[in-house]
Amino acid sequence: MAQVAYAGASRVYPGTNSVRAVDGLDLCVGDGEFLVLVGPSGSGKSTALRMAAGLEDVDEGSISIGDRDVTHLPPKDRDIAMVFQSYALYPHMSVRENMAFSLKLRGMPKSEIGSKVEEAASLLDLTQYLDRKPKALSGGQRQRVAMGRAIVREPSVFLMDEPLSNLDAKLRVETRANIAALQRRLATTTIYVTHDQVEAMTMGDRVAVLRDGVLQQCASPRELYDTPRNVFVAGFIGSPAMNLLTLPVDGGAVKLGELEVRLPVPAGSGEVTIGVRPESLSLVGVGEDGFDLQVELVEELGADAYVHGTLAGHDDKLVVRADGRTPPRLGEAVRVALRDTGEVHVFDPESGLRIDED
Amino acid sequence: MTARTNRLGGSALTVLTWIVALLFVFPVIWMVVTSFKHEVDAATDPPTFAFTPTLEQFTAILDRGFLPYLANSAFVTVLSTLLVLLLGVPAAYALSLAPVKQTSNALGFFLSTKMLPIVAAIIPLYVISQNLGMLDNVWALIVLYAGMNLPLAVWMMRSFFLEVPTEMIEAARVDGAKLPTVLYRVILPVVAPGIAATALICVIFSWTEFFYAVNLTAAQAGTVPVFLVGFITSEGLFWAQLSAAALLASLPVMIVGWIAQNHLVRGLSMGAVK
Repeated sequence: MAQVAYAGASRVYPGTNSVRAVDGLDLCVGDGEFLVLVGPSGSGKSTALRMAAGLEDVDEGSISIGDRDVTHLPPKDRDIAMVFQSYALYPHMSVRENMAFSLKLRGMPKSEIGSKVEEAASLLDLTQYLDRKPKALSGGQRQRVAMGRAIVREPSVFLMDEPLSNLDAKLRVETRANIAALQRRLATTTIYVTHDQVEAMTMGDRVAVLRDGVLQQCASPRELYDTPRNVFVAGFIGSPAMNLLTLPVDGGAVKLGELEVRLPVPAGSGEVTIGVRPESLSLVGVGEDGFDLQVELVEELGADAYVHGTLAGHDDKLVVRADGRTPPRLGEAVRVALRDTGEVHVFDPESGLRIDED
Repeated sequence: MTARTNRLGGSALTVLTWIVALLFVFPVIWMVVTSFKHEVDAATDPPTFAFTPTLEQFTAILDRGFLPYLANSAFVTVLSTLLVLLLGVPAAYALSLAPVKQTSNALGFFLSTKMLPIVAAIIPLYVISQNLGMLDNVWALIVLYAGMNLPLAVWMMRSFFLEVPTEMIEAARVDGAKLPTVLYRVILPVVAPGIAATALICVIFSWTEFFYAVNLTAAQAGTVPVFLVGFITSEGLFWAQLSAAALLASLPVMIVGWIAQNHLVRGLSMGAVK
């Protein structure tokens, strides 16, 4: 067991205009913690993971695992196991050989390898497939073999690079829960990369949000959702995304259509960016306190419906969560109210940073 | 309606395929048939189909010293192919999975060596061989055949190496494998069909090579194609004997090809079918 610490770790791809794929990453993953790295494509999340694996150079800063500085160690000396997006199974080896490969390379006695592989296989429900080749397995089974290959090694850190993105939706949900449960049981420090924020929110003890190689925020899923540190995190976490509007401030309040919204924090003058989650807005009857929304699209998800529309008299688009049983119709004008001004997030429009009471 | 049209079209296509296939295979069949004829039956015009089969052509060929030529061919083919694989596999690995700045130039260089017609190089090659005392020597052919096949082999094998998923190699590294282990236990088993296909093509090219052999060898190091020309003489053609010799010359390649055909098909289609 070990903690993983990035200290100012950077990966710079050389070239005429060099790219800082990961830029000065400072991040500490606690012993036994499940940390999710999330971000849009190109955010450097996979690169950051591969730096910990030793598959990508660390050009500045350092990385340590436990109390060892592993910055320049080859992957095999880092005591890590990795699960790849494509699973990267060895196609010419049976499931048993795939799982035994790393143990064989370590020179472990045959009988011990056998029992470890059996143990991992029964944990992952793979016992009956041990003598099959990967091509004779389904996607979900291959995924489990990839997991098995990682856990037989009993490494101090698991590194997982989008391990569920090749599975169909139903299997993904199932496997998501299985991986999370397995990690709790083994209590092995895990870094998990995903672009799927549902995975991020449901699996991680903490979630680190990356953008253009820079860490935006690292916090528990709840904290990320409730107090995003900047506009990017606010817009990235949550589905559908938070409504973000830049509006002029007048006497500590902004106007959403006809609705005057008193800002929960002192915001000076000029403009602010406010963020309102779709569930902080609700449809109300005509004449009640609120603003008018021209409905452009209704997404019905069963229990809920998401109403997309334009703020009357503005170009700003908004999404409102509504009851799934009585959604408004397209083209209709609806009245929208804000549940609680305390649920309004306020950001500086220049820096994008959250403005808090202080 | 469409199903019936399809079936009709399918049958027509089958018939056409058979006709084309027979057209192509007929000369080969004719060669086989002729090799069992007496020289008189072989020379008739129009050709005879009714004849008493005989093995006398084959014994005649063996009497004319076919076996040393066959041995030369086998020796040159096997060793030049091994040499190609020995040099070509690491080269293909380097040019595909461990590229450097000059990789594309190196690939261009390999290809450029195939641009000069062999005939343009034969006089310098002859003079060099003569000065080295390597005329009529199998080792000269081995080196030349390896040189001739190497560029093609490197290009071919490179395309197979490029198919190897990078993540699989990374997985092996994370699993604790060093480069030689990655190469021999993970990469080579995956590209084996491709290497087999490449080797087969090298074997065929070496076995059938005529131009170097006829110019650089004589009685000592002559290969099977050189032996075959011996039947084209000023006194006329010996059709039956030539056919028998040609049959014996092509048999080894056919056998090897037949054994390797599954590998070959899989190897050659590796890039196309995922």
